[in-house]
Amino acid sequence: MSTSSVSKGCFVFKPSAKKKKQLSLEDHFTDGCEGAENSEVRFKLCQLLWERIKTDTEVLQDELNRKVLDSLLDLTRKCSSTRQHSDWASKMRASEIPTAALVLGVNVPDHDMTFQSLSEQLQQSVTPHVASVQAKECGTLKHLMKRVLEKLTGTDVAVDDDEEEEEAEQTSAPLLKGTHCSLGTLCDWYNTKRKKSSSGTPGKKRSSPAKDEQQQPPVVIIFKDLEAFNPRVLQSFILICSLYIERLPLMFIFGIATSPSTIQHMLPHSVSSLLCIELFQSLSCTQHLATVIDKFILTHQFPFKLNGKVMQVLISIFLYHDFSVRNFIKGVQLALLEHFHSQPLSVLCCAKKEALLNVTQLSVRDLERIRQLPSFKRYVERQETEEQVRLLKDDGYLKDVCQRLIKDLRKYHKNYYPVLRCLHTLASSLPRYPLGKQIRELHLICLEKNVWENEDYQSAMKLLKMLAKEELVMLLQRCAEILQQVKSKKMKNALNQLEEMLVKFKQLDTAKAAVESVPDVEESFTSPVKNLQKKTDLFQLQKTLLELNESRRSKKLSPFEVLRNEAIDFIDGLVKSHLSPPESQTLNEVCYYSSSATVRRHLNATPRTSIQAALNTPYYYIQNDSLKTEDGSVSNAAPDICIAYKLHLECGRLINLFDWLEAYATVVSGAEGNDPDSEDFGKVDQVKHARFIQAVSELEFLGFIKSTKQKTDHVARLTWGGC
Amino acid sequence: MSVLEVKFIGDGDVLEHIVDKQEGVQSNGGSVQKMVSFKSPAGRRTRVEEDDEDENEVFDEQNYVHALGADNTEEDDEGMSRVAGSSIFTFKKNRRGHSMAQTACELARTPGKGVTFSKTPKVEPSTPTRTGRNHRGESRTPQRNKKVQFVSTTPHRLRKRITNPSLRSESDSELSPSDSGEDDGDEMEEEQKVKKEDKENVKTPRTPSKGLSAALYKTPAKKSKNTPEPVNQASMVEEYFEAHGSSKVLTSDRTLERLQTPKLDREMLVQLLEGKPSCYVKEIQQLHSKHEKHFSKWMLQLQLGFSVLVYGLGSKKALLEDFRLSHLAQEIHLVVNGFFPSITLKSILNALTCEILEHQGSFRTPSDQIQFVTQTLKDSPDLHVYLLIHNIDGPMMRGEKIQSALGQLASLPNLHLVASLDHINAPLVWDQFKQSQFNWLWWECVTFQHYSEETSYENSLLVQQTGALALSSLTHVLRSLTSNARGIFKLLVKFQLENKDNPSYTGLSFQDFYQRCREAFLVNSDLTLRTQLTEFRDHKLIRTRKGADGVEYLMVAVDANTLMDFLENEEGD
Repeated sequence: MSTSSVSKGCFVFKPSAKKKKQLSLEDHFTDGCEGAENSEVRFKLCQLLWERIKTDTEVLQDELNRKVLDSLLDLTRKCSSTRQHSDWASKMRASEIPTAALVLGVNVPDHDMTFQSLSEQLQQSVTPHVASVQAKECGTLKHLMKRVLEKLTGTDVAVDDDEEEEEAEQTSAPLLKGTHCSLGTLCDWYNTKRKKSSSGTPGKKRSSPAKDEQQQPPVVIIFKDLEAFNPRVLQSFILICSLYIERLPLMFIFGIATSPSTIQHMLPHSVSSLLCIELFQSLSCTQHLATVIDKFILTHQFPFKLNGKVMQVLISIFLYHDFSVRNFIKGVQLALLEHFHSQPLSVLCCAKKEALLNVTQLSVRDLERIRQLPSFKRYVERQETEEQVRLLKDDGYLKDVCQRLIKDLRKYHKNYYPVLRCLHTLASSLPRYPLGKQIRELHLICLEKNVWENEDYQSAMKLLKMLAKEELVMLLQRCAEILQQVKSKKMKNALNQLEEMLVKFKQLDTAKAAVESVPDVEESFTSPVKNLQKKTDLFQLQKTLLELNESRRSKKLSPFEVLRNEAIDFIDGLVKSHLSPPESQTLNEVCYYSSSATVRRHLNATPRTSIQAALNTPYYYIQNDSLKTEDGSVSNAAPDICIAYKLHLECGRLINLFDWLEAYATVVSGAEGNDPDSEDFGKVDQVKHARFIQAVSELEFLGFIKSTKQKTDHVARLTWGGC
Repeated sequence: MSVLEVKFIGDGDVLEHIVDKQEGVQSNGGSVQKMVSFKSPAGRRTRVEEDDEDENEVFDEQNYVHALGADNTEEDDEGMSRVAGSSIFTFKKNRRGHSMAQTACELARTPGKGVTFSKTPKVEPSTPTRTGRNHRGESRTPQRNKKVQFVSTTPHRLRKRITNPSLRSESDSELSPSDSGEDDGDEMEEEQKVKKEDKENVKTPRTPSKGLSAALYKTPAKKSKNTPEPVNQASMVEEYFEAHGSSKVLTSDRTLERLQTPKLDREMLVQLLEGKPSCYVKEIQQLHSKHEKHFSKWMLQLQLGFSVLVYGLGSKKALLEDFRLSHLAQEIHLVVNGFFPSITLKSILNALTCEILEHQGSFRTPSDQIQFVTQTLKDSPDLHVYLLIHNIDGPMMRGEKIQSALGQLASLPNLHLVASLDHINAPLVWDQFKQSQFNWLWWECVTFQHYSEETSYENSLLVQQTGALALSSLTHVLRSLTSNARGIFKLLVKFQLENKDNPSYTGLSFQDFYQRCREAFLVNSDLTLRTQLTEFRDHKLIRTRKGADGVEYLMVAVDANTLMDFLENEEGD
């Protein structure tokens, strides 16, 4: 069956169920990936890691939202209990609809997850009656009402389906005519519901802390995207609801992406006074990202790593495009998939034991691949000649070495992250953050090249050498705390040294009390400073200041300064020995995914650039020598659409079709090799005309031009620029 | 004025400050110069400065590119030669009337490029095509010489037009008179520049035609305006206002009527295009098979919850069709032609619910229908449905509603979406939320295949609105009617053609029409006429409109040319 037709746009294909043989995911993975022989293992590893990311991020998300959710839950509980009191204030209160304004930030794609966990938790612990609505489905009041009723009654029916026969009637309720979709219906439904639950159905799973709460569980309506709602619809809905508040314990939750003032913009005072609004602020997306990075990237427990450029791409997409953690994780997923798909040696990218086992099972081809790895080649070059020969010839020996190297890589990671954290702790306290505010920035610097060769690092070290004592001691203590959690030998050593130093700092305190500061220092300063007060030109000033600097350097250091320098040098030493970039490590290719271009092209594509590049330099895609040109221009043998495009760039807002056609015909005649001086040259024949029409309609289809009625036989140009 | 501030400054800082100051003085001087140059006309700017600016711009761009993690070097590694964003998104610029003809000449002139030519391209003589950015300045003189040569080799017809710019009224390309003022200004400017250049290149030998050619072609400095390189900020502003200052458009008044065959109809077009051997078949086939290699990866990604979106120049219908046949043959799938002019959300959803999920009965709203699909697919997690959309950016698919519905569908875990995309501004259809619902993975698939099917629907052909379809439907409907009815219709058509030059013509009033029909013995009562008219209206041949006086006016909803053809045909019969 063909899929082109002049009368139909949709074509359904249903294969007969008998011969249906579905290929599994794994088959698709194996098909076309590099090094198919161990693809099974790789696929399993990949799936395993992805599952881990998925579940862990969900847990993380829940943890992060816990605080907000808890306070929200408190509010709902409170509002359901206030109704029971009978004093005046709470009665006044009770006439208002309790409302939670939940400010979520602009990362709209992430909101769904938050709302999902919110409504789940609400349903579990407070009330079974939760309805979440989106602006998209509620264009009018009727629709909104219908949605709310459907969600409330519908979901509940789905839960208690097998328990009550009567519920069948309720299912059909929302399907009845619109007149039945009113809050009155909802009230009736709610009352029957309540009676049933108070009569006590033993099979209910609902956990309810207090008896009276169970009798009056609130009805929660979540407006997922408040900004997108039609204000008038919302206003009337709130007005109607406020009339029913006596009979129905309603409660609203507004999801707000921008700022709480939206409520004031959308609802006039007469309406908003019916609400008792409490504001909640969810965690900012950057913090969320920081925790995610902390959990998956800055840890040695997660074997899969991203190299600097890939990280940079993902973080840039996050910061410049959407602030969406979900999309960030999608990027990590893509990188993960690509890594295991394209790198046969990724079998070794797993936990230590498994990796060591997998090394023993490497095939001859895999070992050859290892020998081809640039990092391994560098390693071989560093060895003695004998050793080199053995590495290149002896497969068994190579496996042993590989096991050792994998262990080394693990150790490197084990030391890398704590030291990174220490350095970040120290550097993030400095003014103007020479090494970045966030730890991910520092991580990126370290991934790129030797961090200690970085200018910013050097200036950071200088600044650290000027820290006051209390500050320095505090920071060092925090570093010690970080190192305490690590179970590596080297880090233990480092920790011991650090603690010794901290002790010395403390001793200094006591020693200082005994010895008074030396008064000489004062004197040595006075003379140049005095000089400064005289009239000087710039050169003089510079000279004096240089001298001043000189004199200070030569000055004798106080014991604190000596110790401080020692501490900073110690940190510097740690950095130099542990924070070398991963590219320097042997076998890093096993764990690190490095093709940033792939990730960027799949996630952050620029279709227009691609189209224009193809139109502009067809040679890049069609490698035919006749299309080759020296500079950026197009050869006249290029496809018709390229020539038409190139010509149209020379035009203004309107393009005369006749002129365009003539110019096109000239170019094509040139390409056909006609004699330029003959009369026929550039004449428009029918074939050329037809080709031109095709090219022009293709350009219109792509959106470069459109037809216009401003002048006969003209088209309007829609884009500017483009070479 | 800046506010005075007192703060403590460390010695080291003071030192740095002093050094800074010295540099500051220098740079200040520079900026003063620039200020002056802003005021001077664009052409007089010194080249060195321009270069400076360029470098700065390029540098800034690189910074941004760095920030996006798209390292140039890496791109080169992968063989990517991309067009920079700054060259794509620029402002409108003023164009002179002849630049297209001129470019055409240049392109036509490049020898040895034809496919039919056996000459090896490597030994071809250096082709002085448009000036690249690297040879400015010093190579100016040789270029000029080449250009002069090049006038002599321009094809005859175009040369005639180009060499007579001052004789516009005689030549056949008449420019719209409204813009003469602006044009004069340009010429003045150009002349000035010619003089300036003369001073600069006193020693260069002059060919007789030099003055002419210089006036014709933009001098290198001007030329740089056309090239997309980032230009000086000030001149960009100037250019912007220059280009947008007047709404006048400068194009010639020639129309397609001048061709021997001004209009080609659809059939003719298809026939002609089929006759023509397509070029680069081999290379296009290579591209195709290169993309085919990714099919199983697509399947993998689809099943992992991504949606695959292919973009790039050339029709991707054949590619997706291959994918469908090779990988989806065993799966339940739905193909949607997004470029189909009357595709609707309803038809897509109906195909899903009625044919795939085999649901009897109808739905009130699309959202109910989506709800049903969601629920059904959730209930049977083993049911996988593949949705393949050619041109998800098709004219009928651009609405917010249809896209958000598709987004909702795409976010279902067992509905997998493959789509293609062609319009340059298509990604604007989706906001962040929809994008995350779709969960796209973008694949660049440049195929260079013709969009023959996509552009085949008549309303997408702008040039030759032949009206062939309308004509044939007219003839067919009319043939099934009685001769009286045909007469009635022809009467209306004739009246409309008589009035075709009257812009305020609103149609033939019913009373008038009835009178005429009676006079021609076509009807005997206004009731019969009304019945006939209902027939026409049902076939959408006529339109009625109530005038200001409450009288019905009748119009034939077909353009005049088609009507003329129609009458000719009828008379021929």
